[in-house]
Amino acid sequence: MADKLLPDAQSALAGLTFDGMVVMSGGFGLCGIPENLILALRESGVKGITVISNNAGVDGFGLGLLLETRQIAKMVSSYVGENKEFERQYLSGELQLEFNPQGTLAERIRAGGAGIAGFYTKTGVGTLVAEGKETRSFHGEDYVLETGLVADLSIVKAWKGDAEGNLVYRKTARNFNPMMATAGKICIAEVEEIVPVGALDPDQIHTPGIFVDRIVKGSFEKRIEQRTVRKREAA
Amino acid sequence: MPWTRDQLAQRAARELRDGFYVNLGIGIPTLVANYIPDDMEVTLQSENGMLGMGPFPYDDEIDPDLINAGKQTITALPKSSFFSSADSFAMIRGGHIALSILGAMEVSERGDLANWMVPGKMVKGMGGAMDLVAGVKRVVIVMEHTARDGAPKLLHACSLPLTGVRVVDLVITDLGVFEIDKAGDRPMALIELADGVSLDEIRAKTEAAFEPRLRQAA
Repeated sequence: MADKLLPDAQSALAGLTFDGMVVMSGGFGLCGIPENLILALRESGVKGITVISNNAGVDGFGLGLLLETRQIAKMVSSYVGENKEFERQYLSGELQLEFNPQGTLAERIRAGGAGIAGFYTKTGVGTLVAEGKETRSFHGEDYVLETGLVADLSIVKAWKGDAEGNLVYRKTARNFNPMMATAGKICIAEVEEIVPVGALDPDQIHTPGIFVDRIVKGSFEKRIEQRTVRKREAA
Repeated sequence: MPWTRDQLAQRAARELRDGFYVNLGIGIPTLVANYIPDDMEVTLQSENGMLGMGPFPYDDEIDPDLINAGKQTITALPKSSFFSSADSFAMIRGGHIALSILGAMEVSERGDLANWMVPGKMVKGMGGAMDLVAGVKRVVIVMEHTARDGAPKLLHACSLPLTGVRVVDLVITDLGVFEIDKAGDRPMALIELADGVSLDEIRAKTEAAFEPRLRQAA
């Protein structure tokens, strides 16, 4: 069996990139993003990428790094409010943008990875999101048809993984990563820790290894977008 | 006196019920968490993948893997669970969340909501708002009664692109509280006034048609 374990993000990406490719990138805000593979994509120089990701990073970090180098032609996202360079490129017409409601985006990716071509949802009925799409009534209520999403490559971030590609996520860093792992023709996972096969409890594995083609250990900055704390009351 | 932001949050907290699973939007709705009565068990859902949100962390508890939907650092509780975005929106769109409290730019008298897009300005996106209003059982809006330039926000029909059609149940503004019969034909009703706010003032600042159905002050 082919070894899925690779020494670093650059070698994991080798032979997989081409201009105009569609890439799914996990994370919510900067939480649970594949920091190492985003950097490797930047170094690869691949251009004209369509990126499917809930958000677009911030200036100078996450997907913001690929915007800086103009490697992204189009974003499919639900919220992109934290990025000045994004705004500049979008308003000047350099960057295309497709907004999806967050739940619709998650379900489109889940469906794509599960071989489901489309599904009907109440989300967006009567809004701009439903324009040009089929709507249909079920049990007296209107639903809009949304299609499944797949990508040439999905890059995801997990907490622990093994050489079989089994993955475990941590806290809210899970978010879009499990669905994206299923919806890329190739999926590369980067993890904080590679553990021996057998070390993960099979009952606790979030993403079974079948969905993961390559896996690397990364190093992580884990930048925080909104550091919010409360004060300890004086004892 | 119009209600302050905290008074708005306090009033919105009166919509909570024991045992409710609740999703709070960003801004004033987030403040509602500060006014959950001590004798009430309310579980807060965060659409980025968490049920049972705790308070903000102390400085030495911060965990970059633990944030809310506003990307703020947060803490977990003994009852908390974590899950994927697909599971999170199965909760939301599957009707498993009892109440969502959200902000708004405009609300129409029949319950249409606009809170995500101003044409001609940079659009940040709808995030989870369209899913929440489509799937959560009861939708409560908390907002200023008028826009910064004084223009009414409670309208006959929304002028901005919609987030959802006939989705709002209750609107709490700094001047009063309005009930909307989103599934039926009853007109929008003004059910409470903020202290010292007159019916005439509300009429002057509201475009939407409504009938006063004022309750005795609680």
